[in-house]
Amino acid sequence: MKILVCISKTPDTTAKIAFAEGNTKFDENGVQWIINPYDEWYSLVKAIELKEKDATVAIHLVTVGGADTEPIIRKALALGGDEAIRVNNTSNDSLVVAQEIAAIAKEGAYDLILTGKETIDYNSASIGSMLCALLDQNFISAAVKLEVNGSSITVTREIEGGEETCETSLPAIISCQKGMAEQRIPNMRGIMAARTKPLKVVEASITTATTSIKNFDLPPAKSGVKLVDPANMDELVRLLKEEAKVI
Amino acid sequence: MVLIYIDQDDQEIKKASYEAISYGAALAKQLGTSAEALLLGTVKDNIADLGKYGASKVHQVNNIALNSFDARVNANVIAEAAKALGASVVIFAHNVNGKAIAPAVSVKLGAGIVTGACALPKTDVGFVVTKTVFSGKAFASIQIDTPVKVISINQNSFGIEVGDGSATVANLDVAVPTSSIKITSVDKIQGEVPLTEASLVVSGGRGLKGPENWGILLDLAKALGASTACSRPVSDSDWRPHHEHVGQTGLQIAPNLYIAIGISGAIQHLAGVNRSKTIVVINKDPEAPFFKAADYGVVGDAFEVVPALTAAILKSKGGA
Ligand SMILES: Cc1cc2nc3c(=O)[nH]c(=O)nc-3n(C[C@H](O)[C@H](O)[C@H](O)COP(=O)(O)OP(=O)(O)OC[C@H]3O[C@@H](n4cnc5c(N)ncnc54)[C@H](O)[C@@H]3O)c2cc1C
Ligand SMILES: Nc1ncnc2c1ncn2[C@@H]1O[C@H](COP(=O)(O)O)[C@@H](O)[C@H]1O
Repeated sequence: MKILVCISKTPDTTAKIAFAEGNTKFDENGVQWIINPYDEWYSLVKAIELKEKDATVAIHLVTVGGADTEPIIRKALALGGDEAIRVNNTSNDSLVVAQEIAAIAKEGAYDLILTGKETIDYNSASIGSMLCALLDQNFISAAVKLEVNGSSITVTREIEGGEETCETSLPAIISCQKGMAEQRIPNMRGIMAARTKPLKVVEASITTATTSIKNFDLPPAKSGVKLVDPANMDELVRLLKEEAKVI
Repeated sequence: MVLIYIDQDDQEIKKASYEAISYGAALAKQLGTSAEALLLGTVKDNIADLGKYGASKVHQVNNIALNSFDARVNANVIAEAAKALGASVVIFAHNVNGKAIAPAVSVKLGAGIVTGACALPKTDVGFVVTKTVFSGKAFASIQIDTPVKVISINQNSFGIEVGDGSATVANLDVAVPTSSIKITSVDKIQGEVPLTEASLVVSGGRGLKGPENWGILLDLAKALGASTACSRPVSDSDWRPHHEHVGQTGLQIAPNLYIAIGISGAIQHLAGVNRSKTIVVINKDPEAPFFKAADYGVVGDAFEVVPALTAAILKSKGGA
């Protein structure tokens, strides 16, 4: 079985969110980059678990991004990918990214494509769904559980107020979230091995974007917390009723 | 024409769809065109009632195969319907199903998409949609450069507007591809409003010390009629079920009221709740970072404050 895991690079979860060039660009000054947590903790580790059960599983990683994504890809290889492909395209238009991944996916004829539920920077939650349309394959989103039995799979996904379990056959695209797998830390052996694992660079082929970011804004600062005396909860109830009007 | 996708679950229209119609209707008015809804499958609700939220017409693809959700099939049907009806904008709720299909529909229509929109587009010059980015820590204004556009809107960001209209209902004939996904079981938490749809949420953190202490939080939630949530370490330690975990790596919610009890307010936690309209923080540490993001704060011991708040709420309800 061949698995393609989509890896994206995001600012660390504690990164200061600020903008530059007249609020048109994310200010990358001093930002630490990490593998998007959904890609690392859930999709990649799930792929590794499948490989631990069946040694014939091959895990390929794909990232669409500039040369600065390579440390992220090496870390993903250290965790357990077999080989990686970087498409040298720095667009952040989801459709451009999805088309680049679709081209790699078609060429590799993968049985399973795993993405994260969303990236924690642009929160698009789009790539998996776009791949579904571009490849005309089954797509199950927000998956919390996946079992593979030969060519059929059982997937549990989040729905509003619960979970839904379904069966389908490979090939399929699955977007992963919490529940899929447990976070792991790369070990020394993995880190050493990652240095020599293949990382192929493919030139960008898609250039037409369908959207463009005009500017960013930070939310207005809260006007400040109003403290209520812990001995006077009637006052808090009054404020919630009459001032905030939420109860 | 602005076309709004109506999401259903077990033949009931989801609340998020009413908000999507209100948003679509306001956009249609702004563009000087009509707002029409698209329903796949059949529902128990009275379809004409969708007019109350602003849809002048409901197109129904009346095929019961569509009552169970399959992203690939739904996206195909919606895209074909949008083409047949000549929609210029297609609106989705940014809920679980909307996230699964709106981007696929955009591909099939060759349309640019903005997911997680939080306001009406600006259409005086170009077509610019504002969405939340960095898990609610910022906003981005994104221009869609294609003739047809797709937008999914964040839940609880626009509000539901109810009028007294009634929609005409028309059958729409669209080929429905065969699904190769078989749903084998559905597991719903009984009697609780899904967190993403809840307007009142009471949430607990490590400050409550252990699962045996959740009673005071559940009593408060019950008095308010609120849903319950928790911080990540709480669900990681199995004090509470995983589906209650909110934050950057859990659910992102935007209720009208979020009450945080014994939660420090780490940036990753705030990322899931900072779009709440009103935030109340109960924490014994006056330096807890959460107070900076709060509207109302109570510095005190949760074990005393929470039961007192519950009593005050019950008293105010009894007196009303
Ligand atoms: C990549 C990444 C992603 C993450 N994603 C998430 C996420 O999605 N959601 C999330 O929640 N966290 C997330 N975290 C973890 C986050 O950083 C914090 O560790 C976590 O939110 C802390 O949980 P807490 O506030 O319950 O516990 P603590 O930080 O331990 O805070 C407990 C609070 O309770 C107060 N307290 C103690 N006793 C009492 C009392 N008797 N009465 C009142 N108050 C009391 C204390 O003053 C303290 O402020 C993530 C972390 C990382 C690195
Ligand atoms: N530039 C990228 N390269 C590779 N995979 C990506 C990229 N951007 C997003 N993805 C994948 O798509 C998922 C959803 O991202 P998004 O649709 O951008 O929120 C991520 O969790 C990744 O698995």
